[in-house]
Amino acid sequence: MTNSASHDHAYVRDEMLSEMAPPPGETGLVHWLRDNMFSSVSNGLLTLVALYAIYAMLAAVLPWMVLGVWNAGSLSECREILAAKYGDTDYACWAVLSERWKQLLFGFYPQDLYWRPVLALVLLFVALAPLLFDHLPRKLLIFSALYPFVMYLLVWGGSVWVPLSVIAGFAIGYFASKIITPVAGGLAGTIALFLAPVIWWLFLAGPIAGLFEDIIPLSIEAVKSKTIGGFMISIVIGLSGIALSLPIGVVLALGRQSDLLIVKSICVGFIEFIRGVPLITLLFTASLLLQYFLPKGTNFDIVLRVIIMVTLFASAYMAEVIRGGLAALPRGQYEAADALGLTYWQAQKLIIMPQALKISIPGIVNTFIGLFKDTTLVIFIGIFDILGLTGAIRASTEWNGIYWELFIFVAVVFWVCCFSMSQYSQWLERKLRTDHV
Amino acid sequence: MNETTIDRDIDRSHMQVSDQVAIQITNMNKWYGAFHVLRDINMTANHGERIVVCGPSGSGKSTLIRCINRLEVHQAGSIQVDGVELSSDLKNIDKIRSDVGMCFQHFNLFPHLTILENCTLAPMHVRKTPKKEAEEIAMQFLEKVKIPEQALKYPGQLSGGQQQRVAIARSLCMKPRIMLFDEPTSALDPEMIKEVLDTMIELAEEGMTMICVTHEMGFARQVANRVIFMDQGQIVEQNEPEEFFSNPQSERTQLFLSQILGH
Repeated sequence: MTNSASHDHAYVRDEMLSEMAPPPGETGLVHWLRDNMFSSVSNGLLTLVALYAIYAMLAAVLPWMVLGVWNAGSLSECREILAAKYGDTDYACWAVLSERWKQLLFGFYPQDLYWRPVLALVLLFVALAPLLFDHLPRKLLIFSALYPFVMYLLVWGGSVWVPLSVIAGFAIGYFASKIITPVAGGLAGTIALFLAPVIWWLFLAGPIAGLFEDIIPLSIEAVKSKTIGGFMISIVIGLSGIALSLPIGVVLALGRQSDLLIVKSICVGFIEFIRGVPLITLLFTASLLLQYFLPKGTNFDIVLRVIIMVTLFASAYMAEVIRGGLAALPRGQYEAADALGLTYWQAQKLIIMPQALKISIPGIVNTFIGLFKDTTLVIFIGIFDILGLTGAIRASTEWNGIYWELFIFVAVVFWVCCFSMSQYSQWLERKLRTDHV
Repeated sequence: MNETTIDRDIDRSHMQVSDQVAIQITNMNKWYGAFHVLRDINMTANHGERIVVCGPSGSGKSTLIRCINRLEVHQAGSIQVDGVELSSDLKNIDKIRSDVGMCFQHFNLFPHLTILENCTLAPMHVRKTPKKEAEEIAMQFLEKVKIPEQALKYPGQLSGGQQQRVAIARSLCMKPRIMLFDEPTSALDPEMIKEVLDTMIELAEEGMTMICVTHEMGFARQVANRVIFMDQGQIVEQNEPEEFFSNPQSERTQLFLSQILGH
């Protein structure tokens, strides 16, 4: 013991304290309820009011949904059944869905060929799996790369030689650059890589596919584009747009950051133009104006034209989302990649893009979901997607006057797809977190 | 700033300076826009030399070593690394960068890759070393910087000192002939400075050519064989450490040393 005041501040701990459990009542359900729902009198009241509001809503909606009729040939028949069963009440007529679900999903696609889009959908999941989950064998990606051609063949049908001739274009580009690079240098090789396939596709692919078809006929029944509709067309347009807009967006974002003035101006001009124009305008251009600019006699499939426009539209947004990700990367990442001697493209592929894309995941998925829902706009250029078909169904004499049931169905179908995308992206974000695993 | 004391005997047997020139900078000038950051820099570094560059902030010392692997572009004069002139020829630049290792103040590890992947990335893609061999080399260097057990973790899970040691290992995996250090300990807690300096000393003992921008005067005194003092974009004074610290010639150097060693 010391009587000096200054010594009272001196202190030495003899032993370090070990960890202790928190006091009771700080964990568990009761604690959670008190913390989150009844933390004060006013919050407790609000909780009770909210619970009552939820109850009232469910009490009104649930019977309408659950007690609805699933078997009836028309709206009036359905109402008769309801009146006989429950008296003067108003319950849902789900019968419109059981009657017309095929049309809502497939449009006017020939009924006996429904197996083809269904098979394409099943194969879609096989093709997506290795892209979405990277622990699956990488060899499956070969099928993913071929899937677009398989899907085209299944949905549109026609000669097998058509998708094969398109695939041949990629091989031709590869070989053209292989042959030209040693002769005329890297730049000429790169130009050949892009130019050769374009020439092939524009002028040669069609006639040659026709020639092969004459020699070895190998085709399945063709289906006209205008019969393709329903939710199927949303999936076709939406997925094509999603798959194509991401790489184009990456290229545009890099172009916008480039030091090369012309590349940069083209990218900035493209992005600003596309973002400044409503999608409907682009779709009208696709359906009406594009034909005027193309050579006489070319018949460019309307669905293909729409896919191109939707892709261009989404890729402009994608480019800006990815630019945000690029801007968020510290300068030091570029410098470290440079200092190790990586080339520009190696650095982009291995260091910059993996991080920039990871940062941009919420924005990218946002754009994907927006694009997917925007596919319903094709109704304005005469393509009957699922929403367009609800109009057609409501215009029929049997189902004139029904609307809730159809729109709820459309909403649920879209919600399931969009919510899945959102959930996947959140899972991916958690998986890619490396700061504290 | 306090001097970090280095409490070990340094083995100088390998620290021989050869007469082979590693870096030759002649009449080099650099501007940022209209601002003249580096003014008429002339210096030579031989293989095996350990040079410490010091000076007040804004004196251009970081810019100088960043010019050596062309993270910054100089506008006049010449820089030769191992006899290769630094020009805008991309092939030359990538060649020089793969032979010159660099460690940064903020480590700049790749956060999306594990420690091991950080170390194998450049050997695999720049040197085209097979993956298995690259991993063996990486583990060898991770052991050298004493963190082989962290190989499968991510940079975000390591302390600052550990991250900087990984950054050194990552550079060493490219088997560089020259190492540049840009304030490698400035972002570290005092407790971690020593572990990084120890790694750097070990590297010096093996005869690595090193140019370090640092404020660690203890390190400079014991490891460097030359200290360069820069101010306002110019080399103001350079000398052997003994002479430099005990008998600084220029007024600027005296003032700088009194400020960083004075308390």
